Amino acid sequence: MTNNPSKVHEPLFHIIKRTAMPKWQSWIVRIVSVLAALIVCGVVTVLLTGEDPIQVYVKMVEGAIGTERRIWTLAQNTAMLLCVALAVTPAFKMKFWNIGAEGQVLAGGLASAACMIFLNDKLSPVLLILVMLVVSVAAGAIWGLIPAFFKAHWNTNETLFTLMMNYIAMCIVSYFSYEWSVPKGSGHIGVINDATEAGWLPSIGGKAYLCNILVVAALTAFMYVYLKYSKHGYEISVVGESENTAKYIGINVKKVILRTMLLSGALCGIAGFLLVSGTDHTVNRDTAGGRGFTAIMVSWLAKFDPLYMILTSLLIVFLQRGAGEISTSFGLNDSFSEIITGIIIFFIIGGEFFVNYQLKFREKEANK
Amino acid sequence: MLVAFIQRAVVQGIPLLFGSTGEILTEKSGNLNLGTAGVMYVGGITGVIGAFLYEQNAAQMNTFLTIFIPILSSILGSLLMGLIYAFLTVTLRANQNVTGLALTTFGVGFGNFFGGSLIKLTDSDVPSVTLSATSLAFKKGLPFADKLGWFGEVFLSYSFLAYAAIAIAIIVSVYFNRTRSGLNLRAVGENPATADAAGINVGRYKYVSICLGSIIAGFGGLYYVMDYACGVWSNNAFGDRGWLAIALVIFAIWRPNLSIIGSILFGGLFIIHNYIPNLSMSDQELFKMTPYLVTIIVLVVISMLKKREFQPPESLGLSYFREDR
Amino acid sequence: MSTQVAIELKNITKTFGSVVANKDINLTVNRGEILSILGENGSGKTTLMNMISGIYFPDHGQIFVDGKEVVIRSPKDAFDLKIGMIHQHFKLVDVFSAAENIVLGYDDGKFNMKKSTAKIQKILDRYGFELDLNKKIYQMSVSEKQTVEIVKVLYRGADILILDEPTAVLTPQETEKLFNVLRNMRRDDKSIIIITHKLNEVMEISDKVAVLRKGEYIGTVNTSETTESVLTEMMVGKKIDLNIERTEVENKEDRLIVNNMCYVNRDGVKVLNHVSFTAKSGEILGIAGIAGSGQRELLESIAGLRHLTHGSILYNNAKTGKQDNLRDKTPVQIRELGIRLSFVPEDRLGMGLVGNMDIVDNMMLRSYKKGKTAFLEKKEPRDLAEKIIDELEVVTPSVNTPVRRLSGGNVQKVLVGREIAASPTVLMAAYPVRGLDINSSYLIYNLLNEQKQKGVAVIFVGEDLDVLLELCDRIVVISSGQISDIVDARTATKEQLGLLMTKSKGDSDDDK
Repeated sequence: MTNNPSKVHEPLFHIIKRTAMPKWQSWIVRIVSVLAALIVCGVVTVLLTGEDPIQVYVKMVEGAIGTERRIWTLAQNTAMLLCVALAVTPAFKMKFWNIGAEGQVLAGGLASAACMIFLNDKLSPVLLILVMLVVSVAAGAIWGLIPAFFKAHWNTNETLFTLMMNYIAMCIVSYFSYEWSVPKGSGHIGVINDATEAGWLPSIGGKAYLCNILVVAALTAFMYVYLKYSKHGYEISVVGESENTAKYIGINVKKVILRTMLLSGALCGIAGFLLVSGTDHTVNRDTAGGRGFTAIMVSWLAKFDPLYMILTSLLIVFLQRGAGEISTSFGLNDSFSEIITGIIIFFIIGGEFFVNYQLKFREKEANK
Repeated sequence: MLVAFIQRAVVQGIPLLFGSTGEILTEKSGNLNLGTAGVMYVGGITGVIGAFLYEQNAAQMNTFLTIFIPILSSILGSLLMGLIYAFLTVTLRANQNVTGLALTTFGVGFGNFFGGSLIKLTDSDVPSVTLSATSLAFKKGLPFADKLGWFGEVFLSYSFLAYAAIAIAIIVSVYFNRTRSGLNLRAVGENPATADAAGINVGRYKYVSICLGSIIAGFGGLYYVMDYACGVWSNNAFGDRGWLAIALVIFAIWRPNLSIIGSILFGGLFIIHNYIPNLSMSDQELFKMTPYLVTIIVLVVISMLKKREFQPPESLGLSYFREDR
Repeated sequence: MSTQVAIELKNITKTFGSVVANKDINLTVNRGEILSILGENGSGKTTLMNMISGIYFPDHGQIFVDGKEVVIRSPKDAFDLKIGMIHQHFKLVDVFSAAENIVLGYDDGKFNMKKSTAKIQKILDRYGFELDLNKKIYQMSVSEKQTVEIVKVLYRGADILILDEPTAVLTPQETEKLFNVLRNMRRDDKSIIIITHKLNEVMEISDKVAVLRKGEYIGTVNTSETTESVLTEMMVGKKIDLNIERTEVENKEDRLIVNNMCYVNRDGVKVLNHVSFTAKSGEILGIAGIAGSGQRELLESIAGLRHLTHGSILYNNAKTGKQDNLRDKTPVQIRELGIRLSFVPEDRLGMGLVGNMDIVDNMMLRSYKKGKTAFLEKKEPRDLAEKIIDELEVVTPSVNTPVRRLSGGNVQKVLVGREIAASPTVLMAAYPVRGLDINSSYLIYNLLNEQKQKGVAVIFVGEDLDVLLELCDRIVVISSGQISDIVDARTATKEQLGLLMTKSKGDSDDDK
């Protein structure tokens, strides 16, 4: 007989799903993941530079918050990343994988730039900025609505659709970069309205980026309230958790998908507007700068909670800026920060496993 | 003119073909690897590193080693990327989209970092590394190609890696349809619970297909540097080809043999603007958009047709946990 | 006929927590023999078969195959012993062809689809199956899918086949075909164990019948020496007194009139076939039937979640005196008509509640739209949550605990509490006491009785016949999507229900 019970291969442990882990415990897991990641990054840096690891971390902190200017840059970068993360969050909560934020931001940015170029002398400064805002929101919303429409009606795969929409947006931006380039044919739009500053968000109290930061702060509060206290937010949660329940209580799932992607795209449009009007004053295919993708990680790491997203976006921007400083001061190149970001995200993603699952070691009595 | 166009289109298409074949192999196991762009990048740079070290240190270059070393180092680099992705998504059941995007960030960073470092080592004025000797070995075409006129140019003028790309695509296609293991793999991607119940080791199939898929995709990066770019590595030159490869997967409706034609078509669309006279710079950009546009149209049409054979593998993007059944 | 014993179970016992699913079961199946296992829902039939096929492992007891004691720890062990099980839920890859599904995961030398297909075709011919091997699963009918599952098992060389309610999803013609195939297998010396509820089928196909009741083994009889009524008695047992109180309500009105309801599901199966009944106010209308006879579709159609192919659902509004047809109305439209229809679905956490939301948020599921602003009103649901926790004695750390962390009984109290709080005029409850302990069950019975006294038309889908007989006023018995009869619960007997429930489509004399 081949069936000898003692020969049955029993794995050393098996994995079971946790029913619940207290919040504080799950945050400890996450913090440990980040620390482990920092240690690995430290080791990598030391191996590449041969510097004292303490020195490396000191440089990192200095790079991120060493001077007032750096703090402002950190804050503005955090704000922009947070803005895009806020935009993708309602869609993700609904389990709609919008990885097209990059394109939606570009659509908004391009719309802003267009207004700046063509309406600079036709409208008063305040009116111009308002028009830019409206047009950007509309552009981002349309860009988000297209894949949502197909998802709602034919269940077209939204991950792949939104991904493709990014590159279409980039190509369109490149097209206009040539059409509107200064000087003609250079393929660069250059700073728009450099002399008049028409369509530029004003600096508040001498701080150029403060306006952006304030807008994003308001958006964060809005999104927090929207998701947690509004009827729409409630519908999003129900659709995301269980489409069956949504039908049971009579939620129109199609409508919620369309409405939520409209909002998601619109917020991306605002991000595009802020980037063009508030910081760059120009547009090119790198205006979104990968934020559309990084924002997905920010939102996911924060478990789609806007308040925690402040922390996660700050963490990622901090690391990027810090790693950037390490690379300049130790003579490595700028891409070093991307490697560091990648490693840290791997660790945090991996750490989630221990929040959701538990390893159960086999008990001895199994092979009695 | 037409001959030259087809030839350029093929050369443009080969990296995409590698990328999409690798991605199809991965996706057939139910894993959407959005890190393919990063994997291709790493496949390219690790090949460059291998070649660079060999060119710098070897007194006499041996043709076999000139080719073997970059290929081996490229395999190692892409394999490592595949393992990272597989460990996170299969063993730790992490979200595939997030992991894939992080892998791209990491891979592109890795490529540019080491690319940049090598550039610094060479002390040259231009921001690139040139590996002409290695490239020469890689680009060696068939000896009699130029004697056969247009036929030779269209069909026989490419380097061995290009033929390898087509061969791999055909092999993978045959593997899916004609072998037991291919059948098992497809079952894993469609319905892991059923595969599991039939006694198929779901985890192992996912690991192997992700890793092999990464290696194949990595060759796309290698081909790009060694052949297309004539051995010149400059940061970010690879561009969006990784994403284009993912688009090609959809265009080919998850069939590597269709992907061969698709890659040439995409390659052609990518460069067609050079062959249309009097095209302004801006209009050229619009032409570059066409592959993505075509992909979206395919995506929409297959979802409207609802024909099951044209759909993505059913469990694509979902992690499998036996107790969830 | 040979009398060689193929498989023998001795004193098999299996418990899940405190529930005894199987207790000291003894079974013997010979080569070339068909054994039916008969028992009500929850009598432990499937658990027992899962132990033979390696899905569960018995707590104690022995299994012998061909006279030798064996240990079956996994489905693979079962395969090796040539035991194959055909589950109720098919495990097939939709985009694969029949042949591909059959060979999947089975290594029999060099891979060659042509050769394998020929080999499969031989099996088909030998036993008289009708199946197109190149057809894709998603294009197949349920009976074809079932054929694929059976052939899959035979292809692996199984000599002992276990079929879990194979006829539940088949038409009478398809059932007849299946039985012919099974007879061919018997002739080929295979042993077949078939789980079923339908007595006429048991009489028709099997050589022996083993009866289980509430996890206990009642006995085995030779089919030729028994009758349907003897089997029914063995299956349902003596009536047990539960002391559920039943009151009489005066002035009943016809509240909900279901006329000729027909529903065809996505697989093209006619799940509901001309169902007609009336639910009255101040009455508990029971629905009895073998699981999967169309109960779920019936309730979901009334609740506005499914589109009927035929028939009407008329609601008599006591306030306005108007009659509305609820057919093809969405839940929201039904609510807008001023009809308060409450529904406790079978799938508590997948439909009735959202597992990851807390009790307060779950209270809002039906009422979240209240109030004119864009924001949620949390005060009312919070009060309601506290009230329900208090009155129904829900055990929970707080109102903010996600409901998936509560135990089954407490989850059900939250759900029933919410549905009742909407002061419904019609209350539908599907298996509301499934998985609940005695105390919680009685609490639910009392709640339903209270509603009845308030003049609510209560529709109660249940599985325990004793409960149905004591709690309800009238009982609609459905079998395979058709109403077999509507009986008065005060006078009906358990046996009568058992017979009505197990009546198969072949017996009914109406259409087709």
